[in-house]
Amino acid sequence: MTRPILIKGGRVIDPSRRSDGIADVYLAEGRVASVGHGIVGEDGCQVIDATGKVVAPGLIDLHVHLREPGFEDLETVATGAMAAAAGGFTAVCAMPNTDPPQDNQGTIGFVISQAQKAGKARVYPVGTISLGQKGEKLSEFGELMSAGAVAVSDDGKPIMNSHLMRTALEYAKTFGLPIADHCEEITLAHAGAMHEGIVATRLGLKGIPAAAEEIHVARDIILSELTGGQIHLCHMSTRGSVALIRRAKDMGLNVSAEVTPHHLTLTHHACEGYNTNAKMNPPLREEADVEALQQALKDGTIDVIATDHAPHHYDAKEREFDEAPNGILGLETAFGLAVSQLVRPGLLSLSDLLYRMSTRPAQLFKLPGGSLATNAPADVVILDPDVEWTVDPRAFFSKSRNTPFGGRTVRGRAEVTIVRGRVVHDRAGA
Amino acid sequence: MTKAPALGKDLVGLEHLSAEQIRLILETAEAFKEVSERPIKKVPALRGKTIVNLFFEASTRTRTSFEFAEKRLSADTVNVASSGSSVSKGETLVDTARNLEAMRIDMVVIRHPSSGSAEFLGNRIRSNVINAGDGKHEHPTQGLLDLLTLRDKFGKLEGLKVAICGDVTHSRVARSNIWGLRKLGAQVAVCGPASLVPRDIAALGVEVIPHIDDAIRWADALNVLRLQLERMTSGFIPSLREYNRVFGVTRERLERAQKDLVVMHPGPMNRGVEIDSDVADGPFSVILPQVTNGVAVRMAVLYLLAGGGPDWQHQGGGE
Ligand SMILES: [Zn+2]
Ligand SMILES: [Zn+2]
Repeated sequence: MTRPILIKGGRVIDPSRRSDGIADVYLAEGRVASVGHGIVGEDGCQVIDATGKVVAPGLIDLHVHLREPGFEDLETVATGAMAAAAGGFTAVCAMPNTDPPQDNQGTIGFVISQAQKAGKARVYPVGTISLGQKGEKLSEFGELMSAGAVAVSDDGKPIMNSHLMRTALEYAKTFGLPIADHCEEITLAHAGAMHEGIVATRLGLKGIPAAAEEIHVARDIILSELTGGQIHLCHMSTRGSVALIRRAKDMGLNVSAEVTPHHLTLTHHACEGYNTNAKMNPPLREEADVEALQQALKDGTIDVIATDHAPHHYDAKEREFDEAPNGILGLETAFGLAVSQLVRPGLLSLSDLLYRMSTRPAQLFKLPGGSLATNAPADVVILDPDVEWTVDPRAFFSKSRNTPFGGRTVRGRAEVTIVRGRVVHDRAGA
Repeated sequence: MTKAPALGKDLVGLEHLSAEQIRLILETAEAFKEVSERPIKKVPALRGKTIVNLFFEASTRTRTSFEFAEKRLSADTVNVASSGSSVSKGETLVDTARNLEAMRIDMVVIRHPSSGSAEFLGNRIRSNVINAGDGKHEHPTQGLLDLLTLRDKFGKLEGLKVAICGDVTHSRVARSNIWGLRKLGAQVAVCGPASLVPRDIAALGVEVIPHIDDAIRWADALNVLRLQLERMTSGFIPSLREYNRVFGVTRERLERAQKDLVVMHPGPMNRGVEIDSDVADGPFSVILPQVTNGVAVRMAVLYLLAGGGPDWQHQGGGE
């Protein structure tokens, strides 16, 4: 049994109940026991003074790559779950492009048991849509779900076969399983290394046009309309996608979308000098896209921030731009970037941000957490939204270092992260 | 002795050079032209310097031109070609760079299929790096020799109208020409099938002329790009035959324009595709002077990067 925890005097923000005010939070038996004033904990409980800090439901990331099994030199479930905890996340959803892929009960079960052993952030595996992520045959959604998968996705690759996507959306309805799609019309994006635009033209790199994402987004929306299935659009990057999603939501379709901290922060100019740490898929786009994505997050067109945490080895990024792998780390910089980009300029309130990083993600994938209501799981984060700090990749808990944000000064950081009523990260005591 | 404005450590492209730096290279090249006309075509300017020509792509013309330039400056040179070297055995570019660094060579001339590879190498070794063509990015010495050739022909570049014709999207020659010509005050247009011209190329300060006849009518000089034959198999154009009919620089087209025009080509040419033989070999062509100027420009670049000033004729002998 873990000791009860009494978090005293913090500004408690619970987006699930639209509450925001100074209060104490008492956690016992792995649950939120009470939130209120002047709470007295039982003898021997752990008391954390949160004066001047924010207490909130732990952050939840619907999109990470933890690389285990298969690529343990880049990240493991344990190091990824620790990086998550350090970033204020109490739960993450692990994408299935492992080796072997998470297309069977055994691999799903393995990831869950690795997460339990690690005992840091919760890790929810995402199963594949197609066997071996080959885009040919459906995986056994029912089996994956009973093993613990919370959604299905072939992320890393799009589902190009529209018939397969249609049947996946229909079949998943039986289980209420969300389908997350990586939107990329690959015949159009073929061999592209960055956003198609003036920077790619100058650098002589093959571009990926915004249309490659938008065509796929449009198709998925149309298939969602056809089937009534729940489609979750991964890592949206263009203003055109935003317009398509807005229209879909106006029509009342079962469509949700995510955006990464980096697509809310950087443009294709970050690739100047052939910076491979700015190489990702979808690529960083233009200023107008960044603005549209920020606005979409504000008005709810885009539901959540997800990191697409994608560890890569130093050597793999230390090479020619067109040969370097896609993706960057996200877990340990997400909150600081989001506060700096969205909250401090006044675009989102802190409560709005926490809704998009905790409550809303929990709702979309039907996960526990995202709330401080009585009896909610004791997954809580204590944040300092004002502290200024400089990103130092060498200090990451992740096994990898691939970030374009090294040396960047941001505001806002997780101080204490509590999962299942147990402190899994304490910056002061780390 | 006046100290010349530095070019910096590397020559990666013309985008980041100033007009003065480009003019300095052209002036220096002008002086070096004379060396190639001597019975003994050698000056001691780079005596004792070691240069590696690192070619990850086949290129007889550019490599030979660099080699002549290096030898005429009395440098010691080694050629490393991709076939049969560690390069083709999967050694990474960064390992190649470290090995070069360990051998304490003075300069590296690199040709590589990936855009940015020259800058990548330059950022990782102390030796001077000269880009001899990196992917679709830049081919600065080609751009410089084109500038020199045009300047020889017209006396100046200010106000000159140059049309770059063909596969602009995949051309490093086009990019280096655009930067160099714009910086020295020329007007630049590009002409080619829209499937081979970047959508946003106008942002580089060039005009887009869709039809080759209009480009010929507009221009004082044409720079006709080589059409890589794989553009057809990868679906950018339907056929070489049609390309020649719609975009080829032919004698009929030039005659129809009824004006004197200079025609350049970076080589190697696909005769009967982007350029017809009677144009390539005709009175408008400056393709052979381009080759001659290539050696002089490369001598100038090597010399200036090695730290030499405009007084090269009086130094080197005793050192
Ligand atoms: Zn993806
Ligand atoms: Zn992903």
